[in-house]
Amino acid sequence: MSVALARPSFSERHAATLRQLRFYVWSFGRSPSSMLGLAIVSVFLLLAAFGPWIVPYPLDGAGAMNLGNRLKPPSAAHWFGTDEMGNDLFSRVVLATRTSLWVGLTIVGVATLVGVPLGIAAGYFGGVVRTVIMRVTDVFLSVPGIVLALAIVAALGPGILNGIVALSIVWWPGYVRLVEAKALALRNEPFVEAARSVGAGHARILALHILPNCTSPIIVKASMDMGLAILAAASLGFIGLGAKPPAPEWGAMISVARTYMPNWWWYAVFPGFAIYLTVLGFNLFGDGLRDILDPKSSRG
Amino acid sequence: MTAPLLEVTGLAKTYPLKGGRAVRAVDGIDLALTPGESLGLVGESGCGKSTVARLLLRLIEPTSGVIRFAGTNIATLSDAALRPFRRDAQIIFQNPHAALNPRRTVFASVAEPLVVQRIASGTELQGRVARLLQQVGLPETFLWRYPHELSGGQKQRVCIARALALEPKLVVLDEPTSALDVSVQAQILDFLQDLRTRFGLTYLFISHNLAVVRQVCDRVAVMYLGRIVEEGPAEQVFAAPRHPYTRALVASVLPPRPGALPDAPLAGDVPNAAEIPPGCRFAPRCPLRMERCTRDDPALEGNAHRVACWAA
Amino acid sequence: MTPLLDIRGYRLAFDGFEGRAEVLDGIDLAVQPGETVGIVGETGCGKSVLARSIARLVEMPPGRVLGGSIAFEGQDVFAMDGRALARLRGHGVAMIFQDPMTYLNPVFSIGSQMVDVIRAHDRAEGRSMRARPAARTRAAELLAAVRLPEPDRLLDRYPHELSGGMRQRVLIAMALSGEPRMLVADEPTTALDVTIQAQVLRLIAELVATRGLTLLLISHDLGVIGALCRRVVVMYAGTVVEDADAGLLFDRPRHPYTRGLLAAVPDLARPDHRVAGIPGHIPNLLAPPGGCRFHPRCPLAIPRCAAEKPGLRDVDGRRVACHRAEEAA
Repeated sequence: MSVALARPSFSERHAATLRQLRFYVWSFGRSPSSMLGLAIVSVFLLLAAFGPWIVPYPLDGAGAMNLGNRLKPPSAAHWFGTDEMGNDLFSRVVLATRTSLWVGLTIVGVATLVGVPLGIAAGYFGGVVRTVIMRVTDVFLSVPGIVLALAIVAALGPGILNGIVALSIVWWPGYVRLVEAKALALRNEPFVEAARSVGAGHARILALHILPNCTSPIIVKASMDMGLAILAAASLGFIGLGAKPPAPEWGAMISVARTYMPNWWWYAVFPGFAIYLTVLGFNLFGDGLRDILDPKSSRG
Repeated sequence: MTAPLLEVTGLAKTYPLKGGRAVRAVDGIDLALTPGESLGLVGESGCGKSTVARLLLRLIEPTSGVIRFAGTNIATLSDAALRPFRRDAQIIFQNPHAALNPRRTVFASVAEPLVVQRIASGTELQGRVARLLQQVGLPETFLWRYPHELSGGQKQRVCIARALALEPKLVVLDEPTSALDVSVQAQILDFLQDLRTRFGLTYLFISHNLAVVRQVCDRVAVMYLGRIVEEGPAEQVFAAPRHPYTRALVASVLPPRPGALPDAPLAGDVPNAAEIPPGCRFAPRCPLRMERCTRDDPALEGNAHRVACWAA
Repeated sequence: MTPLLDIRGYRLAFDGFEGRAEVLDGIDLAVQPGETVGIVGETGCGKSVLARSIARLVEMPPGRVLGGSIAFEGQDVFAMDGRALARLRGHGVAMIFQDPMTYLNPVFSIGSQMVDVIRAHDRAEGRSMRARPAARTRAAELLAAVRLPEPDRLLDRYPHELSGGMRQRVLIAMALSGEPRMLVADEPTTALDVTIQAQVLRLIAELVATRGLTLLLISHDLGVIGALCRRVVVMYAGTVVEDADAGLLFDRPRHPYTRGLLAAVPDLARPDHRVAGIPGHIPNLLAPPGGCRFHPRCPLAIPRCAAEKPGLRDVDGRRVACHRAEEAA
């Protein structure tokens, strides 16, 4: 009898995974709101990636001065109008997507990297480990995130980097809560008991049995949090603690624009609309992901 | 008489509750399994039979008691010292779907014991896993499949292959066929019988289904509310049960025949394991209750056929 | 006599990602008033979805009726308007299910849920709704009828305070509140322990006898079916394969699947009977086998079985769907 096995081809070995992916695409495609979310998120990502090459006035992003053109209403040359420096608002709104994207990714990324390991440890080990982690988490959760972030930024000084640091510090507890509950449930699953009964150690169980089965809710939460993190960063910008003009950032733009309301409405409306669409897009997208990845939790 | 493979004395598991109360899930049981035999552990939900399974394998920590396996008390060993025992004793769970990690292939699941115990790797590992699948009657093409592509019976066969990987002496089967259809259950029961004779395995077979236990087991122990109330040769216990609870259980079994609706032999529900009645724990529901039963707790007495009842 | 329930050529499919699964493939079943009928079969045979179809409880889509009809008291179930449907569900067909907790709302007391159900039945019947105290009295009567002790106190308790057996009794009491003609019980005791199962089955048997109910009992357990039903319908992969008087079916099964099923059940009273499984596994309903759906697993299969779907025929005092029913004895 031959000992070595004929290794099947990639498509044979991954037939199930491929079919699963096709199923995800199929069920995602059946929900109009998920598709709308996907479309918005795609446009957002494309603009973030290629913004500098497609906007009509790339230099306006850095805050060029063109005072002859200031506060012009929307027109064929300036689709969203111009601001008080005469910069093209369309260019600035589009260029700001890049800022928002990396703000969102950093905050959610840091929160995941901090929150997930803590959550898994709390849920899996239980006992004292859990008590300590969860009480610290509770302390963070009991203070409204944005208020805490304000305090941190106030201490560090305003600026977009400090804003991101502050928001990352307040963002991770949600992930601890989410993952802790999941790990707690997984800990008693028979397949984890089976691994323990053959002598598997904690590291192996955590890496192969617990973590891979926690990924769906983490992905769902992360995609929804992208929108919320962008909104929070914009809020900091709006109250003057985040990005500073002339850096293109939606919150900061609205902050300046509010003194020009209502006569020069376009100045505030277009960045506001961009924030609204982005948050909506990530929320719809996250909802759609939850329906396919984590169907149990979506049916209340 | 041969030395027992597994000998349990005074095994107990208590879960403390607030207010000084406690759930006595397993409340002092004695058991012995000789090599090669098959002992059935029967009882209704909440009687503690699944807790016993997990205690015996040290998946949960016993509150007290001795678990002697091949002469060593494993109840107090450290995780590291338990490693050899982890080869010799395996468990098969009720729900084969939950017993396999949905994110891992059949190969990864069956190979896990061999990898963890550092017994095989590389092509040798692949060959062994393929042979194990063959032994449980599954084609080699299943190696790269995921659990959700398999039927319930096929998943249970994968679990059996995983349990056999380390060539264990003792296999604890916790309701291994309860989640399966009868036609598949029959296949698996037949197969388990065959394995036992082929590899000289010792079974602790936990089930709520008396007819299934009668098919597979030589001896049977009946649990009620954390205690064994009757224990003996399967034939005797089912044909001539001595404990009133066993009698009620046997009378409740519905045979596959028309018109056989039993009179409900027991009234009421099983009490909560946090409020075990004083005296004999079955007394409040017992048709034979005497004054003494509510006062003194009967012990399991007898030789081959033991029973814990004042009226027996 | 007009049957109470008349199902003819009923075909149901579910549309999903991988295509259309034909879960019921031409069901013919007529139930006379007062009959006790058991439907037995394994996972995926379509017994539960058939039971739900009677009260039009199958979600459409993804479900889709491909053909046939279901009539209750001569009325086409699929043609009913909202009012007629509400009346059917309370007064015509009452259903109880495997897991009673799913059908009880955990945040309301037993009493308030029963009062709501009783008043909803009043409305469906076109009567004026009775006052809450009167409905509560009625609820207590119903709880007493299902042998629950201290019904008045029980009305103020919440579902989680009750044991599984008690919850199932509460569900049965609710099912009785509309004075139904037919009780459809889908695996009513599967989640219960054997001693509790015996209590609940005895209760159902008594209620059926004293109230003249027609019983349709769905179960995978031949013991449960045998205990309560005079007539047994065996289903396999969306088809009825045999339909016979219980005595006849258990003693002299004609369909090879029925025989396989009986041979697979362990019997405490007959320990020498070594159980035998049915080789193979249930077919994928996305692409069911042609001809007889059981033929790939059938020990008696001949080429004709793969080519031609056998219809239900009268053979040896029962209906059976097998080309070789005469030989198989």
